[in-house]
Amino acid sequence: MLSSDEVKHIALLGRIGLRESEIPKYQKDLSEVFDFFRTLETLPTDTLVPISHITGRADVMREDVSASYDGQAQVLENAPATKDNFFKVRSVF
Amino acid sequence: MIRELHRQLLARECTATELVHRYFATIEEKEKDILAYLTLLKEEALLEAKEVDEKIARGEAIDLLAGIPGAVKDNILMKGIRATSGSKILDNYIAPYDATAVARLKQVHVPILGKTNMDEFALGSSTEKSAYQVTKNPHDLKRVPGGTSGGSAAAVASNMTVFALGSDTGGSIRQPASFCGVVGLKPTYGRVSRYGLMASASSLDQIGVLANTVEDVAIVLSRIAGHDSLDATSAESGYGKEYEDYLGDDVTGKVIGFPKEYFSDKLDPRIRELCERAEAVFVSLGMTVKEITLPHSAYALPAYYIIQPCEASSNLARYDGIRYGLSVNDEKNEPGQSLGTLLETYLDTRRVGLGDEVKRRIMLGTYSLSAGYYDAYYVKAQKVRSLIKSDFEKAFEEVDCIFSPTTPEPAFLIGTKTYDPLTMYLSDIYTVTANLAGVPAISFPIGTVEEEKKLLPFGGQLLGKWFDEETLLSIAHAYENKAKENEGENK
Repeated sequence: MLSSDEVKHIALLGRIGLRESEIPKYQKDLSEVFDFFRTLETLPTDTLVPISHITGRADVMREDVSASYDGQAQVLENAPATKDNFFKVRSVF
Repeated sequence: MIRELHRQLLARECTATELVHRYFATIEEKEKDILAYLTLLKEEALLEAKEVDEKIARGEAIDLLAGIPGAVKDNILMKGIRATSGSKILDNYIAPYDATAVARLKQVHVPILGKTNMDEFALGSSTEKSAYQVTKNPHDLKRVPGGTSGGSAAAVASNMTVFALGSDTGGSIRQPASFCGVVGLKPTYGRVSRYGLMASASSLDQIGVLANTVEDVAIVLSRIAGHDSLDATSAESGYGKEYEDYLGDDVTGKVIGFPKEYFSDKLDPRIRELCERAEAVFVSLGMTVKEITLPHSAYALPAYYIIQPCEASSNLARYDGIRYGLSVNDEKNEPGQSLGTLLETYLDTRRVGLGDEVKRRIMLGTYSLSAGYYDAYYVKAQKVRSLIKSDFEKAFEEVDCIFSPTTPEPAFLIGTKTYDPLTMYLSDIYTVTANLAGVPAISFPIGTVEEEKKLLPFGGQLLGKWFDEETLLSIAHAYENKAKENEGENK
């Protein structure tokens, strides 16, 4: 089973705030799912090439032409805080 | 149904405006029990209908789908309309543009009645994970409609719309279609543009259609399918194909594969019987049924539940309290409060704004992608994905399509699986392979299963070759007609 520190670490990496009281539930749930993933361990896959999608397409190109976009106001309207037509971001530290 | 309504519009037996009013009358009657919609758009739908009526009055030609009421899943954007994706983190989000699929519906003047409920960010299998409401199954209000497109399926099944758009990442159109007794198609990956679909797992997501008949699904697909330069993964072929024209096609001689892995001893005997009856219908239509093998089927579900959360955890990183919707402790919401750091904004916003299943998937994905586990989980799952794909390639050398039950059981009771995520994941066992392999798949009603003295609908699934939706639709259509005929004889 994942330790409570491991769950806290994963949550931080995933930028999710957790309350102490929630941690045991995630320890149990996540551990069960990771156990389920073990099903794959018995399957030999060393010689196989991983695929990330099935289309087989790569580097889909388009003409390098600019187009105007008139939705900037609507996009910014959805942001919690903006300034001078930019998203406003809190200081990093 | 669409063809008949279209005829009525042209014959002036009813107007598009009357149609919208008629569907809203049903919504007013049933919605309080079903809770299929998150947003209703009566005014907008009436405006669109009025335009259709004016065109008809002027004697202009109208599209087959013009004036036919539709609904759209809430993770698909409609310009100027709230789009929550079932999440509180997007409670106030107003879509700044139309998804391509929506733009194409608008182009042919479809009055869109509303946005349908769904599991938060399309993560779930029952629509119980919506942050807003639990949609009920119209066939038994104690049961789930399936998910994640549960609102779309329940709205279609209770005649609160003619058709609905849904999205399918691991069965999210087909499983609710099965549970609600309607037809649901997940097209080939790349067939319908994903532009304007909120990304869940980008290599698996696909927009599709739910409706009461195979023909209605085909008619809608024809209008939303095709290449879109705004989605680099959209296929370049197939624009302007009229899928409804293939429905009369002779299906004699088609070969349907029954994978032995899907019909193990563990299968519910009632479902086995329904599948055997479906097999008999296929044979009576002159098709050949053949046992085949998809040898890596058992590995599809764990591979899916690694790949899906990995992609979702990355896609959902954008909901961080900076660019969209909710932000905990921001100036707008709580003036005068001391401001935390950027990291605190992320953590607090996501703690408050995201539901437990979303958090679980983000953590599963984050862990599987983290240093030290990346190869053991993510890369391993991608290798398994290549095996699943080649299983299908081999199978399609011998058969035209593959049949299976859509789900291992009929609609389950609300609240019975929410506390055990793994049990919930297992309900996707027959549907995830189509997404991993990218093939098209359709679920259509094949009978009923009795649970607690209620007859619950149940769906069969046909999986087809890449970009061969027409074969799936023509076989499902032939099946539908034959089943109707058989029903008539038994009366």
